[in-house]
Amino acid sequence: MTESGNELPAGAGPDAIYAAGLAAGEFKIQKCGGCGEHVFYPRQLCTHCGSADLGWVTASGNGTVHATSVVRQRPEAGDHYNIALVDLEEGPRMMSRVVDIPADQVKIGDPVTAFIGEIDGEQVILFRPAGDGS
Amino acid sequence: MSGSLRGAASIVGIGLTDFGELPGRSKMEIMAEAVDLALKDAGLTLDQVDGVFGADFAEAMQGLYMAEYLGLHPKYIDGTNIGGSAFVNFLQSAASAIQAGLCEVALIAYGSNARSAGRGGRGPGPVMYETVYKPRQPINSYALAASRHMYEFGTTREQLAEVAVAARKWAQLNPKAVERDDITVDDVLNARPVVDPLTVRDCCLVTDAGSALIMVSTDRAKDFPKKPVHLLGVATETTHSQIACMADLTRTAVADAAPRAMEMAGITLDDVDVVELYDAFTINTVLFLEDMGFCPKGEGGNFVSGGHIAPGGGLPVNTNGGGLSCVHPGMYGMFLTIEAVEQLRGQAGHRQIDGAEIALCNGNGGLLSSQVTAVLGADGTL
Repeated sequence: MTESGNELPAGAGPDAIYAAGLAAGEFKIQKCGGCGEHVFYPRQLCTHCGSADLGWVTASGNGTVHATSVVRQRPEAGDHYNIALVDLEEGPRMMSRVVDIPADQVKIGDPVTAFIGEIDGEQVILFRPAGDGS
Repeated sequence: MSGSLRGAASIVGIGLTDFGELPGRSKMEIMAEAVDLALKDAGLTLDQVDGVFGADFAEAMQGLYMAEYLGLHPKYIDGTNIGGSAFVNFLQSAASAIQAGLCEVALIAYGSNARSAGRGGRGPGPVMYETVYKPRQPINSYALAASRHMYEFGTTREQLAEVAVAARKWAQLNPKAVERDDITVDDVLNARPVVDPLTVRDCCLVTDAGSALIMVSTDRAKDFPKKPVHLLGVATETTHSQIACMADLTRTAVADAAPRAMEMAGITLDDVDVVELYDAFTINTVLFLEDMGFCPKGEGGNFVSGGHIAPGGGLPVNTNGGGLSCVHPGMYGMFLTIEAVEQLRGQAGHRQIDGAEIALCNGNGGLLSSQVTAVLGADGTL
């Protein structure tokens, strides 16, 4: 089913396929065979046209900050961190963090690039300013 | 008393997935597969569904999750969880809604991986795509919406703070309000930041409180000791569950629900004497007043400034002090409704709006996700 599909049971659904891709270092999103639109988070049916014909493509990783916020913490709890909504160039919007710059310096409209990072040991899609370290 | 749903609604499509063990499948995926099968059985497409009915043992807001997962914006939604009987109960609520013309195509659906969840099945549902980033919810979603409103329309922190100041001024007229000390715009701006751009004074209180109300038929209502308050109109619209799935962060479902509720009531904004809305955060008041149509989109920051929604201003909003200053025990919807009733009965004391006959109420649910607008009228408005 996928390169990393050997860990997936037969008939595994979109959530499991997405997680296996992430574990294999891939950021995959769905593309609808019915209407051509992209879908994220992973679904069983296309949220644009209702089709069950959803395939997988590798996301370009290019995005734009759509909204941004800073979660403030007491010093003993750790650093402040960014929570943003990022519009992927394929269309879907996702929550993430923009890192590698101060949390309060992230601006709406900033171009950003996805990479696979970790939060508390869990693999996640994060973003950094486009053109930085990629 | 008629009280009959006999002949009101009929089942025209059914869908069943495979049974037994469905390893590697989430419960939402299984639910959606069944939906696809039922729609095909009925010869319908997903975009024709305008009523969503669903419940789940683990998800408190399964109706919202289902609608978001399927990409639907239902006009009627029911997520009442009364245990396994919920799905038979939905036959009653769906038939009632169809009979009343509130929706036309009702989707009742369920999916579970109860057997395989511990063995390769996926557990937490779509929320995991946001919780992994540790947003501080619910405030984080509202902060993101506020950031977008400030970016698109130039709304300022000071204008958001004006909402909190106005709410406090109303609270000072309400002996039951929890927070009644003076506050200023500067106090709000200089309060502890929680999730930028919002501070703790942009956030509703956390209190204890109880509330209840009784409804009977309007025919019977005249025989009770207190003057009745009539439900003149009500409408629901749901746009998403999680904030990343909100198509436009500055336009809420109130823009769809409020006009339908007012049409049912046969009123316009000019008829509204008092507004009671769910001000969980200061940005809510700005968004909902815009979406109700009291000012053009983007001008809400200016509209709420200069005391315009405070006592003595042009539009009385949240006359009890709201969730920001009066009371907020987690789910505030009934408290705003009861304040409307107190105003329409004319028993609101020092905060009474003289001659109030029409109240426009709006409940907000989830993360700006579901909006329900109700128009209440004093005795004599029918």
